[in-house]
Parts: sequence; structure tokens; C-alpha cells
Amino acid sequence: MFDALTKSAARNIFYGGSLAFLLIFVSLTAQSHMYVVNNSTAKAPITDGVVLGKHVWEKNACINCHTILGEGAYYAPELGNVFVRYGGDKDPAGAREAIKTWMKAQPTRIEGRRQMPQFNLSDKELDGLVDFFAWVSKIDTQNWPPNVKG
Amino acid sequence: MKYESQKVALAYFIVALALFAVQVTVGLVAGYVYVAPNFLSELLPFNILRMLHTNSLIVWLLLGFFGAAYYLVPEESETEIHSVKLAYIQLLILVVGALGAVVGYVFRIHEGREFLEQPLWVKLGIVVGALIFLFNVSMTVLKGRKTAITNVLLLGLWGIAIFFLFSLYNPSNLSVDKMYWWYVVHLWVEGVWELVMASILAFLMLKMTGVDREVIEKWLYAIVALSLFTGILGTGHHYYWIGTPSYWQWIGSIFSSLEVLPFFAMVLFTFNMVWKRRREHPNNAALLWALGCAVLAFFGAGVWGFMHTLHGVNYYTHGTQVTAAHGHLAFFGAYVSLNLAVMTYAMPYLLGRQPYNQVLNMLSFWVMSSAMAFMTFTLTFAGVVQTHLQRVLGQLDFMQVQEQMTLFYVLRLGSGLVVVIGALMYLWSIFGPAKPELITREGAAPAE
Repeated sequence: MFDALTKSAARNIFYGGSLAFLLIFVSLTAQSHMYVVNNSTAKAPITDGVVLGKHVWEKNACINCHTILGEGAYYAPELGNVFVRYGGDKDPAGAREAIKTWMKAQPTRIEGRRQMPQFNLSDKELDGLVDFFAWVSKIDTQNWPPNVKG
Repeated sequence: MKYESQKVALAYFIVALALFAVQVTVGLVAGYVYVAPNFLSELLPFNILRMLHTNSLIVWLLLGFFGAAYYLVPEESETEIHSVKLAYIQLLILVVGALGAVVGYVFRIHEGREFLEQPLWVKLGIVVGALIFLFNVSMTVLKGRKTAITNVLLLGLWGIAIFFLFSLYNPSNLSVDKMYWWYVVHLWVEGVWELVMASILAFLMLKMTGVDREVIEKWLYAIVALSLFTGILGTGHHYYWIGTPSYWQWIGSIFSSLEVLPFFAMVLFTFNMVWKRRREHPNNAALLWALGCAVLAFFGAGVWGFMHTLHGVNYYTHGTQVTAAHGHLAFFGAYVSLNLAVMTYAMPYLLGRQPYNQVLNMLSFWVMSSAMAFMTFTLTFAGVVQTHLQRVLGQLDFMQVQEQMTLFYVLRLGSGLVVVIGALMYLWSIFGPAKPELITREGAAPAE
């Protein structure tokens, strides 16, 4: 069967097919883009705090230890649902304080335990970070992760 | 070496291999931190180590691709490179960018999206370097002979540059951000990089087996067709849990399962060509790396990728050490081995020596490959334990689960040490003093 295929036929199949698949993919991502903006992330608005929080998250390269929605390094806990893990869905103010206190207490310097650096964030930055975590926890992720442990 | 300008490749390969040494060394340190977490925790925390490890990997692989392109395009196009000067300027820009990024990371200067941590000026430098490269190579190809190998290689390299532009887009909506982030990450390694890989393998087969160009180029088109037909929509396996619609669970599962096919085709291709060979090429080490590349890519990218790509499985394994296991063997098998294969092939010509230190080079293949395989097994076991405790049972916290995985991290550290030793053996075989060959094959005659 492979012998019957000529080189130019193989070439045409490659170029034509790849272009077709690329077009399908781009259309589907365009539709997904609209779905993300209008549905799955529409439960909570992207406030200035959320924007600041995402910036703090990136500036300190948090993703190179943690994961968020399962993507990142696998050295430290998943943070997509950290707000819920701290009880933020029931007591947002309590979760906020707990996360901020945790951040301020690092590093623990306990021997044999993974260390999180002290990032010396201002109170505003810490609040932004929590706003960001709260916002992420409301994304419709098709029920991932399987449980609150992340 | 037929064309004077191919010499450019030598500078690219040297810089690439220097970064390879940095990459594995930092990897070893990071592996040690997994076992002794207080080590360097304030001087160079884990996040910085990981950035150094992943970024140096990506940059050296790209430099290797560029070097390979500068080596093979003149031979394929039967003409000198358009501008040797531009090729060196491009290298200079990329080296300044890479060093700037590495030094910056140590001093906490970076952006913060995974793998795209380079500061904006470095990103723009990469774009400029890529544009110079594409101009230079395209001009060379346009004035010379056009072959399927250069067509596919150029398409892959253009794709690398075009998809990298998405790295400049960083929306405040995390889900949208992630969607287009994968345009760079997935469409690179499971898309256009495969075009580069297949075309370089085709070039190596052409040179080392002497099989008809018609046959080899037909294989090449068939392989890259499979790559893109499966790989483009295969992106869907990253769109399961980031806020994108649920239909991606079907599209992603189906198409990414089929992503095994191009890698299997590469195994069939390389072994078939070697069986049907019409000449005995003296560079056994390069042949070993090329065959090893196809096989290890099939296991690392293909089999280990398939293992956790179905959405029902991925729901539990997503973001665990299973992913780390797959990532390590896939990158080593597909792209590290490819680069080491083409360097092993080209270096004797670039340095004006016969194939040399082949036995040491081949030994380094077996040492590195078995250590990487062992590392993959340990991380896979770690991932299974983690998946079960953390995702299925869901009783223990992340850190409590990690404590259950210590044994595997110790074993991984050991395999990492062996990888570094293998890498040093490889570097010595390339750059060390040339010794007379320990073995020669009957009837081996230098090929063109």
C-alpha cells in the first residue's frame, strides 16, 4: 500500500491535511475563547486585585514550584483550589487571613522540609494574590481536581 | 564537509553543548534538593533552579537545531549559506540573550509564566535572532536546490518562530492565558519540532544508509503528515481542566492517543532504512544515536504520553510526577538524542577528523539512555503512588503524600548522577583528544 503512494501525493496530503487541521483547531480555540470569557470564568469579575495578584504570581515565579490547574512544577501544592482548601468558599475573610499569615511565616527553616522563600510582599500585594486565588477557584474546570487536597 | 560555510554549525554546537552541561548539572542539583530540601533553599530556591534547568534545555536544543540547519542546508541546497556573517551575528544575539536570562534568573529577574520566564528584552532578542536565521536559511534554500528535507525543515523552523509570538500575549484571564500558552508549548514540542526532528533524521538516513532520496523523502512526508494531523488537535489534551469546553475531552483523547503514530513511524523508518542500507558508513556512533532517538522518542513521547492522555486517566494523574516522568523521557528521547545524533555525525567533518572515540561515544549513549530510562521508571512509580494517595484516596495533604515518595526521589537522584556522568563521557568523546578507533567495520568506506 505504501508503495502505491507517490512522493508528490504524500507531499500534497501533508500540506493539505495540515492546513485543514490547523483551520479546525484555530476555529475551535476561537469558540473556546468565547466560552471561557462568557461562561467558565464569568462567575467572578477580574478586578484590579485579581490582575495585581496574577502579576505577583508571575513576578515571583510561583509556578516553578507550585502547580495551578495542574500546570507548573510538581514540587509544591496545587494552588488552583487553595482558596477552597483554606475554607474560602464558606469563610472568605478567614481564608484570606490564613493564606496571608502563611505567606508571612515563610521560610519555616524546618530541617528536612521543603522550603518556601520569603517574598516580602506588601499587604496590597498579598491581598491581590488572595483575590487571584479566589478568582481562580471559581473557574469551571470540569470538576478538576478530584478532591480538595489538590 | 563540502561547503566552507557549514563551519558555522561548529560554533552553534559548541555553545549548545556548553548549555547542555549547565542543564544536566542544575538538574542534578534540583534532584538533590528533592532529597535534601534545605540545600540552597535561600541562596537559589527550587523555582530558580527549575527555571535554569528547563530554560537551558530549551535554548540548547534550539541552538542545536539552528546548527544542524546550517550544517545540512548547504549540502541539501548545494550552495553556500547566504551570509556567514549574519549566522554569527544571530548566534551572538542568542548567546547574549541566553546569558542575560541565566544571570538574571539568579538575581530574580524574570517573567513568570512557565518556560517563558525570559524578560521581554530576551524574548525580543530571540525573535530578532529567529528572523535573521529564517532570512538567512530561506535565502540559501531559495537560491539552491529544493528538497523535501529542506522544505520540511524550513516549515518547522518558521513554525517555531511564528508560534513563539504567542509568548508575547499575556492576558489577565488565567484560562485564556493558558489556552494560548499551549500554542507555544504544545505546538512546539508536539507539532513543529517534530518536523525539525523528522527532517534531520531523514538527512542522517540519507547520508548514512545511502537509500534512494525518493524513498526517504516519501517517508518524511508521511511521518510529518502523521505528526501534524494528530499533534495539532492533540493540543486538546491540555484543554481538559483549564476552563475550556468539555468537547476537548473527546478531541484531546482521540487525537493525542494517535500522537503515538508519527513516533512509531519514525522507528519503522529509521530501522527500515538501516536494513536496506547500500553503504557502510564509518560513523557507527551517529547511527546508534539516530536509531536510539527514534526508539526512545517512541517510548518517552509516544508510550509515556499515551499512558496519561485519556481524559479519564488524566483526571487523576494531571500535574503529578507521572507528567514529570513523561516530560523527562520525551525530551531526552526525541530532542536531546536527535541533537546528539546530528552532532555526532557532523563533528568529525567540522573538526576535520575521522570518526573518533566512537566506543566512548556509544558507551555514553547506553549510560545516558539507561539512566534516563531508570529515572523515568522511578518518577512513574512516584507518580502512581502520588495519584493513588492524593487523587484517588484523597486523605493526605500534598506534603504528606510527598513524604511517602522519598525512596523514589533518592533513586531518581542516583540516576541523575549517572546521566551527568554519561553527558561528560559524551563531551569527552567529542572534544577530548582523538584516539585511533578501537573497532572498525568490515567494508566501511567514508561516505560523502
